[in-house]
Amino acid sequence: MSASATNVARLLFRYVLRVGDLSLVLGQRLGEWVGHAPVLEEDLGLANIALDLIGQARLLLAYAGELEGRGRGEDEIAFLREQGEYLNPTLVELPNGDFGETIVRQVLIDAFQLELFERLTNSADEQLSAIAGKAVKETRYHLRYSSDWLVRLGDGTAESHARVQSALERLWPYTVELFEEDELDREMADCGIAPRLAEVRAAWSKRIEEVLAEATLERPRERPYAWFGKRGEHSEHLGYILAEMQYLQRAYPGARW
Amino acid sequence: MDPAMHDKCQWPLFEVFIRARGGLDHKHVGSLHASDARMAIDHARDLYTRRQEGVSIWVVRSTDITASDPEEAEALFEPARDKIYRHPTFYDIPDEVKTL
Repeated sequence: MSASATNVARLLFRYVLRVGDLSLVLGQRLGEWVGHAPVLEEDLGLANIALDLIGQARLLLAYAGELEGRGRGEDEIAFLREQGEYLNPTLVELPNGDFGETIVRQVLIDAFQLELFERLTNSADEQLSAIAGKAVKETRYHLRYSSDWLVRLGDGTAESHARVQSALERLWPYTVELFEEDELDREMADCGIAPRLAEVRAAWSKRIEEVLAEATLERPRERPYAWFGKRGEHSEHLGYILAEMQYLQRAYPGARW
Repeated sequence: MDPAMHDKCQWPLFEVFIRARGGLDHKHVGSLHASDARMAIDHARDLYTRRQEGVSIWVVRSTDITASDPEEAEALFEPARDKIYRHPTFYDIPDEVKTL
C-alpha cells in the first residue's frame, strides 16, 4: 500500500468512527426512555429507533475495526475506548430532558443523518455506501416519527409549545458543530468519500425550516458555540454514558451475550 | 382520577389490521392507543410489524366499528345451524382435483 493510500485508510477509519459514534451514543441515550416513556406505544417507538441506531453503529464500528487493521472488533471499539476517542457530536450526548426535548433533538439529528446518509449512498467507498443505503431507509422513518411529534407538540397546547420552543433554543447552538468542516471532513470530501458539509447544511436547513413552520416554532438565532465532540472533546455528560455502557465489558472482560 | 377524567386523558383506541403479504387480506391483529390516525399507523408499525409481519396496515377507530350484540347471537346465528345444505358438501369431487 502506498503512503497516501495508508493515509486515506487512517482518515477513513476516523471518519467512519465519527459517523458510527453519533449512532452509538444517540442509541444509548434514547434507550434510557425504555420503561419511562409517556405511554407504552411511545416506549416501543423510541426503543425501535434506538435499536436502529445501535444497528447502524454495529455496522460502522465493525467496518472501522477492519480499516484500522489491528484486529479490534465492533465490541472492543464500542466498549473499550476512552472518552477522548469518541468522535460523536456533543448534541447526541446531552441528557434527554423531557419528551419534548428528546423529540426536538431527534428532529435536528434525524434530518442531519438523513441528508448525510442520502449522500453517503454515493460515496466512493463501497462499504460506506452500502451501510448508508440501509441506514437511510431507517432514518426516513425516524424523521417522520420525530417531525410528526414536533408538529403535534409545537402546534399543540400553550404549554407543549413553550416547552419545545425552549428546548429548541437550548439545543440549537449544538447544531453548529454538525456542519463545522474540519480537515478530516475536507479530506474525505476531496476523495469523494463524504459530502461537503456546506451542502448538507443547506439541505438540512431547508428541511428544518419546513418542520418548524408547520410546528409554529421559531428558528432560533445563530449563536457562538464551543462544542467539539466531533474531535473528541466532550461535555461532562459523555463520561456518565460510557460508565454505564462500558461497565459490563470492563467488569467482565470478553463477556458475550 | 375519576373514570370520566381518565377517559378524557386517554388517547382513543384504534383497531389494527395487517396484510402479511401481497394478495392476502388484512387481518385484525390487536388494538392500540393513539391521538390520531397517522400516529396509530406509526404505533402499529412499531408494535405489530417489528418482526416483518406485514406489508400494509389499516387502522380504524374502535368506536367506528359497529359490532353485533352477543345477546342477539341466538337470533342471528342459530338459524344457520340446521341448514347444512348451504355447505357444498354434497358434490362428488373428481380425483383429479387435488387442492379443493
